[in-house]
Amino acid sequence: MFTILLNSNTQWVLFSTMIFGIAAGTMGCLAYWKRQSLMSDALAHAALPGVVIAFLLLGEKNLFVMIIGASISALIGASFIQWIRSSTRISADTAMGMVLSIFFGLGIMLLTVVNRTSGGNQSGLDSFIFGQAASMVRSDVTTMLILALAVILIVFIAFKEWKIYLFDPEFAKGLGLSLKWMNGLYTTILVTTIVIGIQAVGVILIAALLIIPSVSARYWTQSFQRMIIISALFGGAAGALGTFISALGRGWPTGPFIVIVASALFFLSLFFGKEKGILVKYLQLKMQKRLVNIHTSKALRTKGVE
Amino acid sequence: MAEAVLQVENLSASYRKNTVLFDVNFVVQAGSLVGIVGPNGAGKSTLLKTILNLHPSLTGSVKFFGLPFNKVQKRIGYVPQRGSVDWDFPTNALDVVTMGLYGQIGWLKRPSRLHKQKAFEALEKLGMADYADRQISQLSGGQQQRVFLARALVQNADLYFMDEPLAGVDAATERAIMTLLKELKALGKTVMVVHHDLQTVEDYFDHVLLLNRTVIQYGKTKQIFTRENISRTYGGDLRWLREESLHVHNPIK
Amino acid sequence: MTYHAMWIIVTASLVGLSCGLIGVFLILRKMAMMADAISHTVLLGIVIAFIITRELSGTHMLIGAIFAGLLTAFLVQWLHSLDVQQDAAIGIVFTTMFAIGVILIATSVGNAHLDVQHALMGEITFIPWNKISLPLIGEVPKATALLALVLFVVLFVLVAFYKEWKITSFDPALAASLGIPVLLMHYVFLCLVSITTVASFDAVGAIMVVAMLITPAASAYLWTDRLSIMLVLSGLFGVISAVAGYYIAAWVDTSISGSMAFATGLVFFISFLFSPKHGWIARYLRLHKTVKKTG
Repeated sequence: MFTILLNSNTQWVLFSTMIFGIAAGTMGCLAYWKRQSLMSDALAHAALPGVVIAFLLLGEKNLFVMIIGASISALIGASFIQWIRSSTRISADTAMGMVLSIFFGLGIMLLTVVNRTSGGNQSGLDSFIFGQAASMVRSDVTTMLILALAVILIVFIAFKEWKIYLFDPEFAKGLGLSLKWMNGLYTTILVTTIVIGIQAVGVILIAALLIIPSVSARYWTQSFQRMIIISALFGGAAGALGTFISALGRGWPTGPFIVIVASALFFLSLFFGKEKGILVKYLQLKMQKRLVNIHTSKALRTKGVE
Repeated sequence: MAEAVLQVENLSASYRKNTVLFDVNFVVQAGSLVGIVGPNGAGKSTLLKTILNLHPSLTGSVKFFGLPFNKVQKRIGYVPQRGSVDWDFPTNALDVVTMGLYGQIGWLKRPSRLHKQKAFEALEKLGMADYADRQISQLSGGQQQRVFLARALVQNADLYFMDEPLAGVDAATERAIMTLLKELKALGKTVMVVHHDLQTVEDYFDHVLLLNRTVIQYGKTKQIFTRENISRTYGGDLRWLREESLHVHNPIK
Repeated sequence: MTYHAMWIIVTASLVGLSCGLIGVFLILRKMAMMADAISHTVLLGIVIAFIITRELSGTHMLIGAIFAGLLTAFLVQWLHSLDVQQDAAIGIVFTTMFAIGVILIATSVGNAHLDVQHALMGEITFIPWNKISLPLIGEVPKATALLALVLFVVLFVLVAFYKEWKITSFDPALAASLGIPVLLMHYVFLCLVSITTVASFDAVGAIMVVAMLITPAASAYLWTDRLSIMLVLSGLFGVISAVAGYYIAAWVDTSISGSMAFATGLVFFISFLFSPKHGWIARYLRLHKTVKKTG
């Protein structure tokens, strides 16, 4: 079992999914406070046509070009959502659902064409749907690492700007922060995080890595800074452990295992977390009931006096 | 002594981990027009929802006409806050008013022409006859509120609960609604209204319920609506009180 | 048109019709993403039904789907009651359940008849081969028969309780105060979504079914202000997209389900541009006019 770990390619892949997990966990916190958790799901699906078109144009698999294709197509998806929301009475979640499924449909259309022309699944594009970390080669790993580190860096350097932008955008504007730029930067790094993870986790499940670690982190701290760090740790752990487990079986997809590890961490946090964990909450509720009783008896007593 | 239409005993409720209401007790007599008044976060809406079983209560009991809620549901009407629904819903004013009759129409049946007639009459009464076919998102805030009131009217209930029906409406609508409420009262019906404007309490309501997480005072407006009680309800927010006290007529003085 | 193509178009139209009808209430109840979640978790329901019974019959799939749909809704509700944001809760629940489904397939039942690819993408081309014979009607593809049954159930439940659906979607608080069982209706609705999804699975797969569910309804929402007309239009748009999708796929020679999802997008885009009341062009012209008037 541990021989897998000694394989140098596996080590690299493991390392890169871990870094990706950290980036996703970090970015996920921003998405959580922007109340856009499902947006990442929509964008991930919307990236699929871009991936395939990049392949069609280039004729071979090149992660960097595909990332650019994915980003463009996800950004088009994002602006469609924004456009539909702002110019009709259709609600945000409907707009997201539409973009998600229509873009995915278009992606499948193109993918079928690619598979037909290049003979079966030779292109390895199918791994973009469920994620197959093992299919990554060294250059893919390098690309992924650089971009993930860039995302992490951008979040940490401008930490206090992000905080104020998420917490009180109007106030941020008053301080001279350009909301337009912040929105643009936010969307850019969100899309970057999503598309670099697509090959390892797949378009369908990538959103989990942005959503689950950040929600889990909330059960351990009230501070935004610590929330980001804990979320990054959870994301990294899920990425590395999930990849490791999936390497144990032949042809096991990586994405689902990463998600399972992430949600196991979530349920642990949910039950035992020190802030609002179920256990802590149960104890609080008991106290609450006692307090209500005290209030009531106090009220009864004062009434008696009157 | 009039009949007790609503009897609330030791009611408490919480949102998540905060207790919003505790030890709420009061008895409302038939034919009262009650204003429920209190600061933001005092639990006014929660009180209505808890009484109507729309929000779970922690403790306590509520009796309507001496009976539990499910026995007398048809005699009770509720007007939620205007903001609680999506006005982009594809339907027109007449249809919304007809909804007030759904409880009476019963399962598997369609509203008949008679029901539509009733709904139309209610709209007419609130001066909204011309807007019956209008899509509801094309109505102004005041008109939307009138539609809600018309809907309550067709329910033909004996006891009404209204959540801020006068919030954000124009003067004409406010007059129309108050005329209607006074008419209802004259018919012997009981109306409980969550109200936010202290200046009009004395003109509008014969009873007032001062609420801040529990009942501070309840009784006839003339006796209860004093400066002292108001300041107790609003937790001695004095700066605010000084402005407001110019308008509050104090019967005890 | 060949006999084979006819069955594909009939099946696709049934998908379009039932999804279109359900979709109207989905978007009016602000549950579009919930539908997305259910379409994924239904996979887990099917896998579990398969593991238990070792066969893949219509009834087992329906029961599995209903179970998964209700479980999804229940878990989302539970997490939400524990202070997790609604859409984060949806995200956690569906990705986890879907991941479990995929892992079960990849590890234990993968060699059997279950195929993730198939469940996700749907394969309407194979539908006409797998037939059962029904009394009176004769030989009918299994999936088509199941869809017809589901459409019948959906139509019946929507029409019979039309006014209750309307009031619980528009104003649940009032509905509850009138004594209408809002929560029960919510769960009944989730069951309808689940069975529609699972019946459409064979034809369009898990993700494209979301397109069929919400896009025709969203398009119809742009054309009318009446609920009854919206239902008719949405069903019609569903059928149009399904048929158009089939021809697009035949023309480009690609995935039928993908093309159907894409076709719903085309229908929406046309509605978005040309709807007289809520369309982009009409809006632009109106704006232009007021600007001219005022300035």
